[in-house]
Amino acid sequence: MWEYTDKVKDLYTNPRNVGTIENADAVGEVGSIVCGDALTLYLKIEDNIIKDAKFQTFGCGSAIASSSALTEMIIGKAVEEAEKITNRDIADYLGGLPEQKMHCSVMGKEALEKALANWRGEETLEHEDTEGEVICQCFGVTDPLIRKVIRENKLKTVEDVTNYTKAGGACGSCIHKIEDILTEELANQPAAAGVELRVAKPPLSNIRRMQLVEETINDIVRPILQKDRGDIELMDIEGKRVMVALRGACSNCPVSDVTLKNLVQDKLREFVEDDIEVIEVR
Amino acid sequence: MKDIVYLDNNATTMVDPEALEAMMPFLGGRYGNPSSMHDFGGDVAKDVERARISVAKLLGAENDYEIVFTGCGTESDNFAIMGTLAYFRDRRHIITSRVEHPAVLNLCRKLEREGYRTSLVPVDRDGNLDMEFLRKSIDDDTAIVSIMHANNETGVIFPVEEIGALCRERGVPFHVDGVQAIGKIPVDVNRIQCDLYSISGHKFHAPKGIGALYVRRGTRIRPLMYGGHQERGRRPGTENVPGIVSMGKAAELALRHLPDEEGVRELRDRLENAILSGFSNVRLNGSKEARVPNTSNVGFEYIEGEAILLYLNEMGIAASSGSACSSGSLEPSHVLRAMGVPFTAAHGSIRFSLSRFTTGKEIDYTISVLPGVIERLLEISPFWDSAAKRCRPVSP
Repeated sequence: MWEYTDKVKDLYTNPRNVGTIENADAVGEVGSIVCGDALTLYLKIEDNIIKDAKFQTFGCGSAIASSSALTEMIIGKAVEEAEKITNRDIADYLGGLPEQKMHCSVMGKEALEKALANWRGEETLEHEDTEGEVICQCFGVTDPLIRKVIRENKLKTVEDVTNYTKAGGACGSCIHKIEDILTEELANQPAAAGVELRVAKPPLSNIRRMQLVEETINDIVRPILQKDRGDIELMDIEGKRVMVALRGACSNCPVSDVTLKNLVQDKLREFVEDDIEVIEVR
Repeated sequence: MKDIVYLDNNATTMVDPEALEAMMPFLGGRYGNPSSMHDFGGDVAKDVERARISVAKLLGAENDYEIVFTGCGTESDNFAIMGTLAYFRDRRHIITSRVEHPAVLNLCRKLEREGYRTSLVPVDRDGNLDMEFLRKSIDDDTAIVSIMHANNETGVIFPVEEIGALCRERGVPFHVDGVQAIGKIPVDVNRIQCDLYSISGHKFHAPKGIGALYVRRGTRIRPLMYGGHQERGRRPGTENVPGIVSMGKAAELALRHLPDEEGVRELRDRLENAILSGFSNVRLNGSKEARVPNTSNVGFEYIEGEAILLYLNEMGIAASSGSACSSGSLEPSHVLRAMGVPFTAAHGSIRFSLSRFTTGKEIDYTISVLPGVIERLLEISPFWDSAAKRCRPVSP
């Protein structure tokens, strides 16, 4: 049995705002009966204020609760305010969702976006979950949607992506593609995110530091370098000084110095400790 | 604890009060080790042997030593398959079905990664095995055929006697996963002509943590574990005496109560008929005929299984679903998909499984509660037009 919060239980047993709105100003439809999840959101908008919201959901308990939560959150809000609501906000409103159910909150966010796009008269089909390369064939999840969810929720692993979008959760054929997207997104994460992470870091023991350095190099740095036919080898760790050797295409690359400073050190500082120093050895 | 209408007996069953009583002395004063020389332990060994005989009788086994006690159904399945493969090292092919329990399917997947060839026998719309496929799959390299007696999700019974005859003719070891059949239908390992038959105590009113594997006399099999002489070296480790004694009692009771299964069937049919005639958006999953008497798997269209379960739970009814959401995976049940059940119905599938402890009152209560649950969810569903009482056009 899932561990649902009392709020989730309350909202799936007594969902608020179920139904349709006749002559709705905006309608957003997401999901499909094949996926096992679908939500239709109806909005009444007057003077830029969401006066009423109703929904119909095909899905599990947390899908019903997420839909209900969304309607409660947006009624009375200005369109601009409602737009800022993220799937994380929906999950927080519910007191949290099991990780495997986070995709229910994403569905709520998507329906809201679609409805508002519809209200503005934008072509609703040209939405980010229908345009772009389809990565997960089973659930029809696109590249842009995956990237967006990774960024908004600071996802780190393929499992996270599956929990939030369902992508990769069925046949699993697209897992390597999701991994590639993750690697790219992690490499591009804005520095601000790194700062946030750094603040909370507790001091590390030597052993823990070595483990983290090794993990970061193997799981994060190496995949990035390997994309350009380069590679990296961890030679030694002395306190906060990390000795690495660049291999493959990296070893005779004129910008390898920059690569080192900008990439390896940045990553180690982001994921391990903020005063790690990287030294290249041959 | 509130009163619960328990219709999830394929997941686990209530321990029969008599089986509970039987095990109690062994959790208390009679804690001796059956392997000991002294009477304090030696007498316990006699109780273990009595239990072995009861289980042998339930399976129709000729000899008590053909019963090996294990920790659970999964262990029995693993022991049967891996133990056989360990013996026939030069044979690298396994035949099983697409609708087996994970205890068999996931083991076969692992073996496949290790270089074994597996043939997965498909099933038709009603969940019946493609016997022609099975027949053609057997070759000189086949180490074992492992087929379940009854399916845990649909209750569909497989023609194990026909498969047994075929395997005997071709000289291939035959394992039957009988976890969902034992106690529900008569089982006779000699009519089936199987070499190995797995059972699990908690599916027929014994406690959890005890299972058994029938190993026909002379069957070539190696143990999974090495240790002491217990179970004649086939399953070393000090016996789970309370579990064994209780399962022995449960086996005796199962045999005695086998005629009661007709009553279970009547209740199951009453529930099933009420559902099938009461809703327009429902279909039966699995053959109506070749089925264990306690199981009914129905698929509601346009609503989702986990939501149905949660609503039933609110009403004090415990059932189960093959929907994606309830399983923790994202795909609906592999059994229903193998049967070609459309996604629309697989997502809304509900399994009711009864036992001899299920009462007519409980079934009537369930029948009275279901329409409210289903209608409430249909009202929420975007695929259902509640006013017109029909589905909206669905774009996949």
